[in-house]
Amino acid sequence: MTQSNKKSLSWNILFLCWLVASVSTMGSLFFSYVMGFAPCVLCWYQRIFLFPLVLILAVGLFPLDRNVVKYAFPLAIAGWLTAAYHNLLYAGIIPESIQPCSQGVSCTEEYIKLFGFLSIPMLSLLSFTTIISLLIILYRRTSK
Amino acid sequence: MKTHVIFGITAVVLIIAFVVGSSYYKGKQSEKFGFMAQENAELFVRDHSQTLGSDDAKVYLIEFMDPACETCAAFSSFVKQMMDANPGKIKLVIRYAPFHDGADYFVKILEAAKKQGKYWETLAVMYGSQRYWASHRNPQPQKIWQFLPKAGVDVEQIRRDMNDPAIAKLIDQDLADAKTLNVRKTPGFFANGKPLQNFGYQQLQQLVQSELNANYPN
Repeated sequence: MTQSNKKSLSWNILFLCWLVASVSTMGSLFFSYVMGFAPCVLCWYQRIFLFPLVLILAVGLFPLDRNVVKYAFPLAIAGWLTAAYHNLLYAGIIPESIQPCSQGVSCTEEYIKLFGFLSIPMLSLLSFTTIISLLIILYRRTSK
Repeated sequence: MKTHVIFGITAVVLIIAFVVGSSYYKGKQSEKFGFMAQENAELFVRDHSQTLGSDDAKVYLIEFMDPACETCAAFSSFVKQMMDANPGKIKLVIRYAPFHDGADYFVKILEAAKKQGKYWETLAVMYGSQRYWASHRNPQPQKIWQFLPKAGVDVEQIRRDMNDPAIAKLIDQDLADAKTLNVRKTPGFFANGKPLQNFGYQQLQQLVQSELNANYPN
């Protein structure tokens, strides 16, 4: 593989990563502003970690900067952990009584179920997982 | 640069998809719920509100009522006639505005009867026996109890259920909404959120008919 081909594949991976973050951001905005679902506290934390990724990853694309992994990774991990916790709560594995969002919107209220199993916290976990996987792939490729 | 173009096009496509998706979704919603898709719809219809008629009905007739109000009783059969004349097109939503002294007592009985699935039966009995207990000069709320068995309700259960704080809360909510919507007299009617400007049978008929015409053009 030539040097430029290698570089363009890396760019594509990072671009895909940015695309996942952007689609997730738009999806989350769609849920709250168009469909009118109020985000619960845990959703807000996940958004805090997700939204900046759209900008950070975009900056890393022009010109392609492998250091972007270093900046994006902590956000993605923090988002993933919050999403994982949210899913455990949602599935009832952690009782809601021990978690902090007792007032306002319940974090376990079910809003949607796409294809019978995809809840909003699950979508969030999926996108953070994809973002992290892509970042790892990118890191491995460029560190070789 | 090629990458800039790919990035730019993708970003634009995403934004367009969002805008188109939003307007498509909103269009679908307003088609499905009619006036219920409006931002302030919950002022008119709360989750706790008792309704009568098809969920597919496109005309929501909201009535702020008081079980002790004579005019409400008089209007109830008129409203029923309008609903019968337009089957499946009108949905009646009952909201409480118990302005008469002590009228929340009857709302509590009504809500307790709802738990037994006898809401409309109980309301009919209340309206029917109103003259015996709701006299303005000498209200005798206790007299209602002798009429309640006619609605087929478990009277003892009602005595236990009617003091549920959830019912008091629901009345407060309805009163707050009535205040926001400027309902000062009962019955206060709204058809799809539009208030009945001048009170009367004829005027109510016209208001409902204009909403029917707007929502069922054929």
